[in-house]
Amino acid sequence: MHPIRKKRLTIVLFLLAGLAVAVGLTTYALRQNINLFYDPTQIAAGEAPADVRIRAGGMVEEGSVLRDTESLKVAFKVTDFTESVTVEYVGILPDLFAEGQGIVAMGRLNSEGVFVADQVLAKHDENYMPPEVADALAKASESRDIAAEATKTLAN
Amino acid sequence: MWQFFHKLGSPKWFYGIAARLMPWLLVLGLLCLGAGLVWGLAFAPKDYLQGNSYRIIFIHVPSAFLAQSVYIMMASAAVVTLVWRMKLADVFVKAAAPVGLVLTFISLFTGAVWGKPTWGTWWIWDARLTSMLILLFLYGGVIALDRAINDEKSAARAVAILVLVGVVNIPIIKYSVDWWNTLHQPATFKLTEKPSMPAEMWVPLLLSVIGLYLLFGWLACLRMQTEILIREQRTRWVQDLFHVNGGAR
Repeated sequence: MHPIRKKRLTIVLFLLAGLAVAVGLTTYALRQNINLFYDPTQIAAGEAPADVRIRAGGMVEEGSVLRDTESLKVAFKVTDFTESVTVEYVGILPDLFAEGQGIVAMGRLNSEGVFVADQVLAKHDENYMPPEVADALAKASESRDIAAEATKTLAN
Repeated sequence: MWQFFHKLGSPKWFYGIAARLMPWLLVLGLLCLGAGLVWGLAFAPKDYLQGNSYRIIFIHVPSAFLAQSVYIMMASAAVVTLVWRMKLADVFVKAAAPVGLVLTFISLFTGAVWGKPTWGTWWIWDARLTSMLILLFLYGGVIALDRAINDEKSAARAVAILVLVGVVNIPIIKYSVDWWNTLHQPATFKLTEKPSMPAEMWVPLLLSVIGLYLLFGWLACLRMQTEILIREQRTRWVQDLFHVNGGAR
């Protein structure tokens, strides 16, 4: 390669490397602002400020959804499988809201550590499957449960 | 290898090659994209959770994928412009930027349309959506900067530097869903793992991506040809070309 071109190429590579380092350090320093939500572990550890509008996100814990019979009030637990936080919300939940689904809620953490949400968004995961496959999977795990229980009874 | 590279720098040589490639790119591209879209939109099974609304993926993913891929191609061309001062590389950047802008817009728009029923909101300032919006502005900035400078050579250099500076945004878009908590889901397709999607969904998706790539190739060739003709209008070969074809000039 021609020496002038070699020099230009070195300059370009240095420019790119320097830029990557600068942007990397900036985004690293700002990571808590870039994160869309706090996960339950961070909330439990007291990293999330109380009484400030923040977002909390995680999975809706199985069997934790309590609906008020009189109003649209709903309470559920959001978990990341290490810690969980109780969320209270009044309003219509998105279609994808279900136990075991991911959600992101916007609201405030009150003094009792309950997250009072004014908006609940569903978070979709990266898995797609046809309904028949999902049914089959559910049935398979059900029959596995039955089988497991049967062996348990037999063992007893 | 170097000889081929230098030949690529000749606008006349490229004009001829592009003319021969373009029919193939157009026909194959339309076939792949058409097959992928019809298969995906009409025949692929619906998703167990989202029902039919997930089908926007067959437009959203190819355009988002191409939008980033086109930017990487532009960045590689920008290096060639800066280091080798090859005119054709600049012609490519100029030809590709508006296409990238439109693709980025399509991906943002279809994402918003999908986000409303799925997430419950059109827009959220999470890392993936924001970095994609920055990509849209980068494309806009590249086009504006190019138009703002009259001198061809200084425009080429300024644009190349802007494109190179913007390329740091690409890994941010790609890994935003892994590095930070976002509302946008992580990637369904990973190089090292099986896609978390059955074949009757990802095959039409792959077809649409390939089809869009080929169509982008066709469009880039067409736009580069036009740009070459404008830049080389005073040269002998361009004038010959048009006298032979019926004396358009």
